[in-house]
Amino acid sequence: MMELPDIDWQLAIDSFWPLLRGGLTGTIPLTLVSFTLGLVLALVLALMRISGNRLFSGIARAYISVIRGTPLLVQLFVIFYGLPSVGLTIDPWPSAAIAFSMNVGGYAAEVIRAAILSVPKGQWEAGYTIGMSRNQALRRLILPQAARVSVPPLSNTFISLVKDTSLASLILVTELFRVAQEIAAFSQEFMLIYVEAAMIYWVFCLVLSTVQDRLERRLDRYVAH
Amino acid sequence: MIEFDQVTKSYTQPGARRAGSVHALHEVSLSVGESEIFGVVGESGSGKSTLLRMVNALELPSSGAVTVNGVNLAALRPRDRRAQRRRIGMVFQQFNLLANKTVLANVALPLNLHQRLGGLAERGLGPRRRPGAEAASADRAREMLDFVNMGAQASKHPAQLSGGEKQRVAIARALVNEPDILLCDEPTSSLDSQHTDEVMATLLRVRAEMGTSILLVSHELDVIRGACDRAAILESGRLTGIAEIARLQARESFDSYSERARKYLEGDQE
Repeated sequence: MMELPDIDWQLAIDSFWPLLRGGLTGTIPLTLVSFTLGLVLALVLALMRISGNRLFSGIARAYISVIRGTPLLVQLFVIFYGLPSVGLTIDPWPSAAIAFSMNVGGYAAEVIRAAILSVPKGQWEAGYTIGMSRNQALRRLILPQAARVSVPPLSNTFISLVKDTSLASLILVTELFRVAQEIAAFSQEFMLIYVEAAMIYWVFCLVLSTVQDRLERRLDRYVAH
Repeated sequence: MIEFDQVTKSYTQPGARRAGSVHALHEVSLSVGESEIFGVVGESGSGKSTLLRMVNALELPSSGAVTVNGVNLAALRPRDRRAQRRRIGMVFQQFNLLANKTVLANVALPLNLHQRLGGLAERGLGPRRRPGAEAASADRAREMLDFVNMGAQASKHPAQLSGGEKQRVAIARALVNEPDILLCDEPTSSLDSQHTDEVMATLLRVRAEMGTSILLVSHELDVIRGACDRAAILESGRLTGIAEIARLQARESFDSYSERARKYLEGDQE
C-alpha cells in the first residue's frame, strides 16, 4: 500500500519565495525575450515563405523543417555545448535565449504564414485599388488582420515556451526549475518541491491563458460571427 | 475613356508546362465613354471580372492593350501605376472593408494614406503630411458618407452594418479620391433585392452628380438593364456582342423597397 507523504509545510513555505523569484527573474524574462525575438524571426521567415522568391522561400522552408524536425533540447545543446568546438562560446542565458528564439521562430513562422494567407485576397486588392504598394498593403491592411487570427495559436506557443524554459536548467541557467532542483537536492524532499514548482508554472500559465482570452475578446470585438 | 484593343488574357493551367493554356479573355475590343454606365454580363467563368480588373491593372493583358484616358497602365512603372489607380475607384462583391476600423476611418483610409484631398495634389500641394490634413480627410470622408446616405453611421464598425450599408460605405471609400472611373465587381450579388436597389440608386446618383464613368460587372440582368447604357456580353472569354440598352427601359432611379412593394401589391408592376 502506498504511504501518504508526511508534508513538511515549513519547507514548502520557506521554499516558495525562492521558487517564485526563480520564476519571476529567470523563467519570465527568458520567455519574454525569447518569444519577442522568435516572433521577429517568425515574421521574417513567414514573409520569405510567401515572397514568391524561390531562394528565400527555400531557405525559410529548410529552416522551418530543421527546427520542427529536431528536439528543442538538442537545439539547446548544439548552441551551448556544440558551438564552443567551432570557437564560439556563448554564456548559458544568451544560449538559452538564442535556442528558444530560434525554436519559436520556426514554429510561429508557419502560424503567421497561415494567418497572412487566411486574409481574403480581396483585402490585398482593396489596398492596391487605393494606390497602396504591396508593402503598404501588407503593413496597414493584412498584418493587423493576420494578427487577430494568429493570437490563439501564438498564445499557445507562448504558454508552451514558459514550460519549455525549464530545459534551460540543463545548461545551468538559474530559473524556476533550476532553483527547484537545487532545493530538492539539498532537502531531499523531491515530491514536495517539484509539485510546488509545478503549481507555480501552472499559475503562470493560468494568468497567461486569462490574458489570452481577454486579448482574443478585444480583437474579436468588431468582427461579425 | 476606357479602350480595350484586341485584349487577350491567358493563364497557365495548374500542372501545365506551357504558359497560355487557358484564355480568360480572347481578343476583346470595346470602349467605354465619359459618364457612361457600361455593363459586362456573362456566366461564371466568362471573363467578366478579369476584364474589369484589367482596367486598373490588377490583371495585365497577355497581349493587346488597355488604355484609360490614353494611358496604358500595364506599361507604367509600379509607382506611376499606383498613382493612376487612385483615379480609378473599385467596389467588390465582398465589400473588403476593414473590420477593426470605423466606417469613417475606412472611408478616410485612402486620404490618410496619401495625405491628399481631392484635387489638391494636382494643384501643386505635394503628398507630404500637412497641418490639419487628417481633420480635412475626416471632413471629406464625412462628405462622401453623407452622399451615400451613411453619414449617421460614421462611428459604427462594419460588423454593425447590413450588406447594403457596407456596400454603400465601400462606394464612399472608392469615391473619396474623386476618381474618373468606378469599377464595380458584382456589387449587388450578395445583397437582397432591397439592398440591391439602394446600392444601384447610389450608383445612378454617382453618375448623375459626379459624372463618373461606371463599369459594372454583374450576372444579374435586371441590374444591368436597369442601370446601364450599354452592356458587353461575354461567353468563354469572347465578346459576343454589345447590347444598346433602350433608353426607355433604363430607369432614372431605383424605387425604394416600400414603393416597389406598393406598386407590386397594387398590380402596377410586372
